[in-house]
Amino acid sequence: MAIAPAPTATDLKLEERFPGAVAKDTRKNYTGYIVAADKLIEVATAARDQLGYTYLSSATAVDYLEEGKLEMVYHLYNLGGGPALMLKAQAPRDDAVLPSLVSVFPGADLQEREAWDLFGIRFTGHPNLKRILMWEGFEGHPMRKDWKEAYYEEDGKPFEARWPGGEFYRAEQNNPFGHNVKYPGGFTVEGWTPEGDKALYAGMGAITEAGSAMKTDHIVVNLGPQHPSTHGVFRIVVTLDGETIVDLQPVMGYLHRNHEKIGERNTFLQNIPFTDRLDYISSMSNNLGYVLAVEKLMGIKPPERAEYLRVIMVELTRICNHLWAIGFLLNDLGAFFTPALYAIKERELILDVFEAVSGSRMMCNYMRFGGLVRDLPAGIEARLRELIYERLPRKIDELDGYLTNNEIIRSRCLGVGVLPREQAIAYSMAGPVLRASGVPYDVRRAEPYSIYDRFDFNVALRENGDTYDRYVIRIDEMRESLKILQQAMRDLPGGDIQTGKPQYQARVPAGEAYGRVENPKGELGYYVISTGKPNPYRYHIRAPSFINLTAFGEMCKGHKVADVVVILGSIDIVLGETDR
Amino acid sequence: MYGLGILRGLGVVFQHFAESVFDDIRWLGKRYYNLEALRVRQGAKGRGVFTVQYPEERLEIPEEFRYIPFLIYEEKPDGTQEDRCTSCGICAKVCPPQCIWIERTNDPKTGRPIPQPKEFYIDIDICMNCGLCAEFCPFDAIKMDHDFEIASYDRTSAHVYDKAKLSKPVSYYASIRPTNYAREEAVRAAEAAKKAAKKAAAPAAEKK
Repeated sequence: MAIAPAPTATDLKLEERFPGAVAKDTRKNYTGYIVAADKLIEVATAARDQLGYTYLSSATAVDYLEEGKLEMVYHLYNLGGGPALMLKAQAPRDDAVLPSLVSVFPGADLQEREAWDLFGIRFTGHPNLKRILMWEGFEGHPMRKDWKEAYYEEDGKPFEARWPGGEFYRAEQNNPFGHNVKYPGGFTVEGWTPEGDKALYAGMGAITEAGSAMKTDHIVVNLGPQHPSTHGVFRIVVTLDGETIVDLQPVMGYLHRNHEKIGERNTFLQNIPFTDRLDYISSMSNNLGYVLAVEKLMGIKPPERAEYLRVIMVELTRICNHLWAIGFLLNDLGAFFTPALYAIKERELILDVFEAVSGSRMMCNYMRFGGLVRDLPAGIEARLRELIYERLPRKIDELDGYLTNNEIIRSRCLGVGVLPREQAIAYSMAGPVLRASGVPYDVRRAEPYSIYDRFDFNVALRENGDTYDRYVIRIDEMRESLKILQQAMRDLPGGDIQTGKPQYQARVPAGEAYGRVENPKGELGYYVISTGKPNPYRYHIRAPSFINLTAFGEMCKGHKVADVVVILGSIDIVLGETDR
Repeated sequence: MYGLGILRGLGVVFQHFAESVFDDIRWLGKRYYNLEALRVRQGAKGRGVFTVQYPEERLEIPEEFRYIPFLIYEEKPDGTQEDRCTSCGICAKVCPPQCIWIERTNDPKTGRPIPQPKEFYIDIDICMNCGLCAEFCPFDAIKMDHDFEIASYDRTSAHVYDKAKLSKPVSYYASIRPTNYAREEAVRAAEAAKKAAKKAAAPAAEKK
């Protein structure tokens, strides 16, 4: 498929199209356009319909405390490829109201809820503006710069108390349990009923208004949060008509730890091991996205060998993740654990390689700004070759042979959870879910990072957008990954693995940067703002597991309860990344 | 035809079972407790499961494996121990979860700091095993351990490691990470030689 060259984000001349409403962002090392709040919907609609920026990838907020402003940052993309069109809209901190973009890009739904929850920006016109990661009734908006967490010590690490007078104490000694959460005034555990839940159930038709004696057949069922089929602590509230799904709401945040706030306390380097803990199945590619964003700010590039090793590790991660996804999709279908264990057998060997290379099987922490921690230890190259040329191709063929034409898989997956092309784009789906719906969008091709422009591979594509295609596309993608791996192993050069001396205090010039990679689960983006200090001013993660849930309700409507589990399995989420 | 899929699925299970059992028989009872056998089965042509009978049977731990850090001391010929740590505090500064606490020693006479830690704590409940402390220590004084079986019954008394519990001899380090140790020793020797050469050159320069 021919890809039309996309105009670069800077030559759009939006300020001439919308005089008075749009201005170029002229802050140092910032790009994009600042849009007047009342014209935001108009500009976004024009960007979508006239300029071809049909895909809203990321929407997030920044708190500029000193200027007294909150800023929403939108990253729009042309599906033909190319860099982002960045739109920004500002609102005063004490009365933060912005128009909701859900009517233009339904994919903004969960992301705007997150911005309301964590930053306190009210979006007018949002259909369901409720907290999403924190609990309803939580006081304050934790990502605001003046909000302090329970175990607050200082604004930025390293903390004074650690050195040179390190008198050890536990955080809980200073802040005994019972006073470590900010409750609203007058709160008692006994007197509290979860208002959020009541509203949620009422919204889904479970609680009938007093006076209306009409008895309906709809019942509301909670799947999770403690349920093995939800891949973690994830709750699905469904309204049922018999066994058919009428409405479905994902409820999340049970694993929320305010990763982004921790990230703003950390120094730039300290964030790398924290990124491992997002999507803990693909830590190598999480590292890469963050490192790329900071390298953009620092203006450095890793040496050739490091680039190749990065690609090798990241593609192995993709295979790991897809083996896991396919294995557990079978689990969700009811084939309890035998197929899952067969699928992740070879994953053990990949993890052995990761352990030998990085020191840990899953929390790899292998990449650094401008390079890698260390080179391959002796003997690992031979094992990599064994894996890449022999075992993994065999494994993928084996899975393909066992599963692809299996009649149970076909009858349970074909036509289930269909997500048409237009909806997949509108809901900002990413990764295999987007490509299974017939959209050939892959960041490795659309905006090549690292050295992906050197490899010969195809963007896997399926047309139907059902659960079956989302399964098959993972098999296709593993085959493409193997192609990349074989080319990378063939061309792997010698030389250094780090530019300059590794430094524990990375000097990051002021500015903003957005680093995005094609993670196994979809586009993973890091929006990083530096003010030249040792700690990032803003550190946001565009989490594919989170945003891919936006269309979950739509995909499930009309199907049976048992299919919900399968559809969720085919989206492939990890709660460490969803809840952050 | 319905039912064919089930039969095929059972066939898959049987195939896995058979591959493993035949491979076990081929090794004539030497398949377990035998790293050589494991490597063959994990290798390019290997078939069948490669489960390890932990804890009786164990995998080889790769050299770079990292778990809770430890402090290195040198064993002097006269039997005394000398910490490599100078309490410079880089590990405490670089630690992402801030679980390292260092108390610097002050000279009782002058009150000036002397390069030796008075106390050194690591809260291993908070440690995330990232290895940044070992990576950035300029004196090779803190390194990541291989000992991962450290479960205990009480976290409040057993999980804050102090200097006595953290300190291990340099010979232990050399035993778990021989390649790293050899490389670092070579660098240290080269630096020491450079220093000695400088020292030897300095009085000569003064004489002129």
